[in-house]
Amino acid sequence: MSSYRFVILNQKDNVATALDDIPAGSIVKVTRQDREYDMTIKQNIEFGHKFAIVSIKKGEDILKYGEVIGVASSDIAEGEHVHVHNVEGKRGRGDKEHGDRSILGV
Amino acid sequence: METAQFWGYRRPDGRVGVRNHVLILPTIVCATQAAKQVTELVHGTVSFIHQHGCAQVGADYEQTFRTYVGMGTNPNVYGVVVMGLGCETHQGRSVAQEIAKSGKPVELVSIQNHGGTLGAIAEAARIAAQMVQDASALVREPFDVSELIVGTECGGSDACSGLSANPAVGYVSDMIVDRGGTAILAETTELIGAEHLLANRAVDDRVAKKVYEVIEAMEKRAIAMGVDIRTGNPSPGNRKGGLTTLEEKSLGAAAKAGTRPLQELIHYAERPTKKGLVWMDTPGHDIEQLTGMVAGGAQIVLFTSGRGTPTGSPIAPVIKIATNTSMFERMRENMDINAGTIIEGKESLESVGRRIFDELLLTASGKLTKSEILKQHDFGIWRIGPTF
Repeated sequence: MSSYRFVILNQKDNVATALDDIPAGSIVKVTRQDREYDMTIKQNIEFGHKFAIVSIKKGEDILKYGEVIGVASSDIAEGEHVHVHNVEGKRGRGDKEHGDRSILGV
Repeated sequence: METAQFWGYRRPDGRVGVRNHVLILPTIVCATQAAKQVTELVHGTVSFIHQHGCAQVGADYEQTFRTYVGMGTNPNVYGVVVMGLGCETHQGRSVAQEIAKSGKPVELVSIQNHGGTLGAIAEAARIAAQMVQDASALVREPFDVSELIVGTECGGSDACSGLSANPAVGYVSDMIVDRGGTAILAETTELIGAEHLLANRAVDDRVAKKVYEVIEAMEKRAIAMGVDIRTGNPSPGNRKGGLTTLEEKSLGAAAKAGTRPLQELIHYAERPTKKGLVWMDTPGHDIEQLTGMVAGGAQIVLFTSGRGTPTGSPIAPVIKIATNTSMFERMRENMDINAGTIIEGKESLESVGRRIFDELLLTASGKLTKSEILKQHDFGIWRIGPTF
């Protein structure tokens, strides 16, 4: 078990924020909604970046602080880096106004 | 109610300043270079460079006018030398007349009336030199924290902003409010996605409704541009720091607002009419937000940063708070306080909050901030209309 630090800000959250640089392959212990489990980090996670603590389906909301911070733009596996490559914002989307808004659920 | 005191300067309109500047206020881009020359000649004067003051109309004209007047009437300013060109839409005379209502010394110098640049510089410098000596005869007196309007701001955010420095500033915001003072929350763009949390804290339905209105207006501006707001905000540096979407950044930014009720929502560069927590409608742009809050009467600003920034105001001390220790160590010359100890588990949020509050009182009483020492005299107006 690695001693890398990370924080889950709300029990509803499906992502955690790394408080250390966490190398790929590290095994971390996650406690979420009374469930404690070990998880393998899939990619290098830089300090301040997020990783999925459960598997997240494309189109599902990303929750941090117990609030919606965006939506998954592809399926995200447990332990994967969660960032701009697999998450889209739902707000201020002028680019979606005349295009495909289906991913935004509107 | 708990109390705390600082040493400040009482102004003729009853407000209290934490600095005693003589401001050389150029109301038009054409006079900014001359104004800067005056500050080279006369100790104790400050000015700023900008590109506004002509060929502006309607609400955009009004907002720029309000910003100039707000800078001049800010209680950190002892007296003002307004510098104009002569033919511009933002007439120096109107700005000077409005500032004079505060009872502080105001004089007008215009380049066309003083035979050009050198004559105007000489005249403004003569007036400013006397003002500076008069200002220096004032002595600080003790005042209650309830006299303070404190602006809060975050710029160059990272994923730590919402975990360390912003909640610590939120703790200070509550301390200020509990002692009868005013804390300004701003940067409407960076509250998109967190508006429901603030609307729930509004003192009445009218204020809650305005929260949703300003958020909708800001979001519509982005949508009208036909692009994802993420192309501009979060910025590349924000994203490198781990912030993925604007909503994520907003939820972290909202932590600066503490937990107290939201008393009112004011326009850009407007003076709060209520004590307590007040929201000023500004963009997320650091300098435009800072300028709006200072023009609205904030004597002092708490500014958090994860990536690090030199930001400062010509007339208000800006206390810069690092969200993480590695940036604080790297940019010590710019950052005043380290909140990264929260991330390292070495210090509690409350303990950092109390440290910031102590620094706030010390700074209000005269201690210089890093941005003041480095003469970081930033100024930028949120323009809401085209130039003609």
